[in-house]
Amino acid sequence: MNPLNNTQTLVQIRDLCFTRGTRRIFDQVNLDIPRGNITAIMGPSGTGKTTLLRLIGGQLKPEAGTIAVDGQNVPTLSTKELYLLRKRMGMLFQSGALLTDLTVFENVAFPLREHTTLPDSLIRHLVLMKLHTVGLRGARELLTHQLSGGMARRVALARAMVLDPMMIMYDEPFTGQDPISMGVLVRLIRTINDALGLTSIIVSHDVHETSQIADFIYIISNGKVMGHGTPAELKTTASPWVKQFMNAESDGPVPFHYPASDYATDLLGERPC
Amino acid sequence: MLTQLQHLGHTILTVFERLGRASLFLMHVLAGVPGLLLRPYLVIYQIYSVGVLSLTIILVSGLFVGMVLGLQGYNTLVNFGATDMLGVVVALSLVRELGPVLTSLLYAGRAGSALTAEIGLMKTTEQLSAMEMMAVNPLGRVVAPRFVAGVLAMPVLATIFSAVGILGGHLVVVELLGIDAGSFWSQMQDKTEFMEDVFNGILKSLVFGFVVTWIAVFEGYDCVPTSEGISRATTRTVVHSSLATLALDFMLTALMFSDI
Repeated sequence: MNPLNNTQTLVQIRDLCFTRGTRRIFDQVNLDIPRGNITAIMGPSGTGKTTLLRLIGGQLKPEAGTIAVDGQNVPTLSTKELYLLRKRMGMLFQSGALLTDLTVFENVAFPLREHTTLPDSLIRHLVLMKLHTVGLRGARELLTHQLSGGMARRVALARAMVLDPMMIMYDEPFTGQDPISMGVLVRLIRTINDALGLTSIIVSHDVHETSQIADFIYIISNGKVMGHGTPAELKTTASPWVKQFMNAESDGPVPFHYPASDYATDLLGERPC
Repeated sequence: MLTQLQHLGHTILTVFERLGRASLFLMHVLAGVPGLLLRPYLVIYQIYSVGVLSLTIILVSGLFVGMVLGLQGYNTLVNFGATDMLGVVVALSLVRELGPVLTSLLYAGRAGSALTAEIGLMKTTEQLSAMEMMAVNPLGRVVAPRFVAGVLAMPVLATIFSAVGILGGHLVVVELLGIDAGSFWSQMQDKTEFMEDVFNGILKSLVFGFVVTWIAVFEGYDCVPTSEGISRATTRTVVHSSLATLALDFMLTALMFSDI
């Protein structure tokens, strides 16, 4: 049996190594994303969470290790095979990444027009259904610059699911959102995942919102998986690092102060700076 | 001394690395061109964007360049009693040199910079990444239509520039200075060869269109995805396109019109 074919696991990452410049982003990382659930990848800013999504989507290639999505090792796929796989993946970018010269309707219709030969009447039905799901059917004629940040992400979400993918990856979906928009996005991600039987991967550092909807959480930092488990398990973890992150404590294994010499010596010393 | 040599070597390596990247980029773009036969509307929209919207600057510039040519030509030829040749001077200057070269320079400033900024901004706002994740190749969907449109639009713009320039020359020479219209047009018709002059001029503009659009779309696609990166890329497009146009013009003129 092909070890990459695990029916319970949609994304299986083994011994992943990735370096950018001289900085080691991932060092022998192992991850399993189960099918049908919402899995969150969390960690402080700059730890490579977005990079991980780009590795899963095949936009970046790792130095070593395997990234299997639905049994296919992404780094070894040809361009044609990769594009076939991506048709079954949706991705919500942090900025929304809507095409600025198209209306809301045409943005959502874009994947359908590119990959199918469906008649316009059917495309219209599909697009309106997806826009209705995210509550923006009435905004179909707006241009992207007329949308708020929250609306742009909801349009991007409608576009990500318009081809009925097997999984959707969310890159920092809650960043910079007002409480109402954030609540809407939290509810939508959960509802869409359950209603369409998707697998969702959320990259975020918003502990509270992500814990509300995630079935499983991985916490990564310094190129390693620092902890993993259900939100309830992580809340009661013994690991001081995970505890500090989950409870948003300002001091702990990650110190409040940047490494410096002794405070008293520094203040009383004669050096000018 | 060693540092300067290192700097020089690094600069040369960077130039060749970019040239290599630009060549590979061009190959990928050209591979996406046949796919446009199924979706010609993508090219037509871009022809409107880079070609039709450049018409104003081309028409106005062509008119004034033709008028200046007529005036300067008259000031020189009148001393030799050769004002009958003004039509030839205006026409040959425009169709052989000024039409293609000035159109290319104006196109680089008007449409080339816009292409770079547009593609650069699409990269910065992750629109190109989003397309890749939607299994749509941005080189085929975004870059190839713009490239083809630029290559097709340039010869048409250069021809319009030359035609309007000749009309501008006619305005000054015939209407203002009172030279006989018959000799203006008949001398022009007699001394201007279609293949030798007009066709070679169009060929030049085709080459300029290819190179300038290539530079513009590559700079946009290859830019550092920040505001400053787009700004620098746009500047590079105008500078490199202008220099490439002038250098290529010399080489093409030597090949086409010189008997050396």
